[in-house]
Amino acid sequence: MDLVVNILLGIIVAATPLVFAAIGELVVEKSGVLNLGVEGMMIVGAIAGFSVTLESGNYLIGIVSAILAGALMALLFGFLTQTLLANQVATGLALTMFGLGLAALWGQSYSGKTADKFPKLDIPLLSDLPVVGKLVFGQDYLVYLSVALVLAVSWFFRKTRGGLIIRAIGENHEAAHAIGYPVVFYRYLALLFGGGCAGLGGAYLSVVQTPFWAEDMTAGRGWIALALVVFAAWRPGRALLGAYLFGGITILQLHSQGFGVKIEAQYLSMLPYLATIMVLVMISSDRMKVKLNAPACLAQSFRAAT
Amino acid sequence: MPDTLLDIRGVSKAFPGVQANDDVSFRISAGEVHALLGENGAGKSTLVKIVYGVMRPDAGLMTLHGKPFAPQKPSEARARGIGMVFQHFSLFEALTVAENIALGIAPDLARDDLRSRIVDVSRRYGLELDPDRLVGELSVGQRQRVEIVRCLLQNPQLVIMDEPTSVLTPQEVEVLFETLCQLATEGCSILYISHKLEEIRVLCDHATILRGGKVVATCTPKEETAKSLAEMMIGETLTPPVKGSAAFGEIRLSINRLSMVADKQFGVDLADISLDVRAGEIVGIGGVAGNGQTRLMAALIGETLVDAADMIVLDGRPVGGLPPEGRRRAGMCFVPEERLGHAAVPEMSLVENAILSARVRKNLSHKGFLNLRTAARYASDIVDRFSVKTAGVNHAARSLSGGNLQKYVVGREIMQAPTVLIAAQPTWGVDAGAAAFIHDALMQLASDGAAVLVISQDLDELFAISDRIAVIANGRLSEAALVADLTIEEIGLRMGGQAHDRKAFHA
Repeated sequence: MDLVVNILLGIIVAATPLVFAAIGELVVEKSGVLNLGVEGMMIVGAIAGFSVTLESGNYLIGIVSAILAGALMALLFGFLTQTLLANQVATGLALTMFGLGLAALWGQSYSGKTADKFPKLDIPLLSDLPVVGKLVFGQDYLVYLSVALVLAVSWFFRKTRGGLIIRAIGENHEAAHAIGYPVVFYRYLALLFGGGCAGLGGAYLSVVQTPFWAEDMTAGRGWIALALVVFAAWRPGRALLGAYLFGGITILQLHSQGFGVKIEAQYLSMLPYLATIMVLVMISSDRMKVKLNAPACLAQSFRAAT
Repeated sequence: MPDTLLDIRGVSKAFPGVQANDDVSFRISAGEVHALLGENGAGKSTLVKIVYGVMRPDAGLMTLHGKPFAPQKPSEARARGIGMVFQHFSLFEALTVAENIALGIAPDLARDDLRSRIVDVSRRYGLELDPDRLVGELSVGQRQRVEIVRCLLQNPQLVIMDEPTSVLTPQEVEVLFETLCQLATEGCSILYISHKLEEIRVLCDHATILRGGKVVATCTPKEETAKSLAEMMIGETLTPPVKGSAAFGEIRLSINRLSMVADKQFGVDLADISLDVRAGEIVGIGGVAGNGQTRLMAALIGETLVDAADMIVLDGRPVGGLPPEGRRRAGMCFVPEERLGHAAVPEMSLVENAILSARVRKNLSHKGFLNLRTAARYASDIVDRFSVKTAGVNHAARSLSGGNLQKYVVGREIMQAPTVLIAAQPTWGVDAGAAAFIHDALMQLASDGAAVLVISQDLDELFAISDRIAVIANGRLSEAALVADLTIEEIGLRMGGQAHDRKAFHA
């Protein structure tokens, strides 16, 4: 029983950074922007969160710094692609490389240091219940935030005018402009949200999950988050599901190593990434389905004639 | 004269390289249907974008009800009682009708009872609409209703209609005109933009005619003839093409039961299309945009390969499995719809663009090396024979005006001496002079023994040059009938597709 609980706990911890990064990128892509720099924003968020937490001794300040750092990276991306109309794919790749380098530089003196454990929810009685207590009432606060965020984004797209406008802009930016919506402005907003989420996801790795700093510690999670958005067909609920699925694969791989399964560890470590590629291939093999859900203006630059 | 609603005085607007509006002045009275008439590129669309607040003028003043009117953005124009129905609809295919309408009106109008108000307004003006359908599933005519209903929900005093009939069947046009007349009698003014002269004569009280961004004339259309309006619009007199009645030869192009599934969301499947085109014959395919023309064109020219090679037969040889280059070798040439980006690469020179298409048939390359001198001579030949106005054959394709580039593209194909020529929208958006030239060239090609297939949405064009006309509706092609046996009304019925059309008629 303890083992199952441990595995489930592990899955939650592994999935949460993916949830943050994916839900952020989902909003960005819904607005019609493809930001491939998720990995870079995550790693910058990770080092910002870790270093500030360590220096200030305050988790809240650390987490907020990570969000700001991610948003700042997204702002840079926004300036290049929305204002200067640079190609989104190239800029996104550059943002990832820039972020990895910047974080390595920034993190030099933090390498190997560890932070204190992040506080967890502790409700008397409820948190002491067997199994359910630990799983449902004993998580760190960010896990609850991640689920709440998914629900909020889902509600935002279905029920609010702002959500309708973002969807419309991603679907047909020319029409949205003709009706009179400031396309670029809304895309900046979406990008800032996405950057903040990616930064938060990165900080979850360095401040909550491990908690220490190591170079390249995001280890491709940004790319998995990007794949998750496609996997989820741009639906928030499915992104959450996908994140937990991938989290599950990661954790199973760790545990199967622990059980002494006779496969080289390297093969097992490949599992989540192989799964990512498989999912992308399966989904894109049905071209109609991808097109049905994908924002029609994804990755297209918009320039208003005045 | 009744109260002036909108007064436009001296409005000018320049874009890099072109003066779109030059000191334009006119006024619209309350309850009047006012036509803005002009050729493509005369500055009509720019002017209405200024009135609707999408663009701002460089100079000039507007007053609405005698008060200054200078909208900075569309929501301001809407708040002052101006509504607009766009030429290229500003609709979102993946959203529902109600969501689309909610996006286009002031937030305080998009309340919870929006759905019922949509139903009310659409009933009142005979524009049936289901608020919960996805716009992507609607026909073009129904999409226009969405735009109109969206506009009417805001109780506008002036409705701007930018070429509203260019996408409609003749029957849908009648329904639209009834709605517009009803609006005008209720006191709403309409600014009606078109280059279709008969429509304007039927519908409009006054007309302002633009040419090259300037107002060249104002008139009362009902007192003019279509010919006199055309001459005001074009600024020269035109002679219609004369068709010879040659005997036709053997079948050169044969399409046999061609079927193909749509390649995109809300696309149209091609179903069981059959058609023969004989030597010396011009066959036209009419139809409202978005009924499978693009897909058919892609299949015919080899951009998309069909399932069985014998679905497309060229001079007795199945070519359905050949890519475009192979079909050119076999004698087929093509003029795709989009000049810039499809028929020609905008950034490449005219010579390079000639090589791209005519390399095979004109031997413009040898063992992998380009024969630049021959290519340059070929390009100059096209320029001479098709009177293309250009600074030189080494200039980029995008530097040519629409009409000149179209003449170049058509010339490039015709001078390869094809046995079959397939052209989509050969005169779309070109001036009347160039259009007449292109029509002559196509007819000359046919009388020289080639088979010519023209896919066009312009019925006047098809009637002017075709020997037979077929209609494509919802991916199905009707029988091709002799032009002499057809009327515009019959074509219109087929364009709507029978079932759908009855509904539109009796709505």
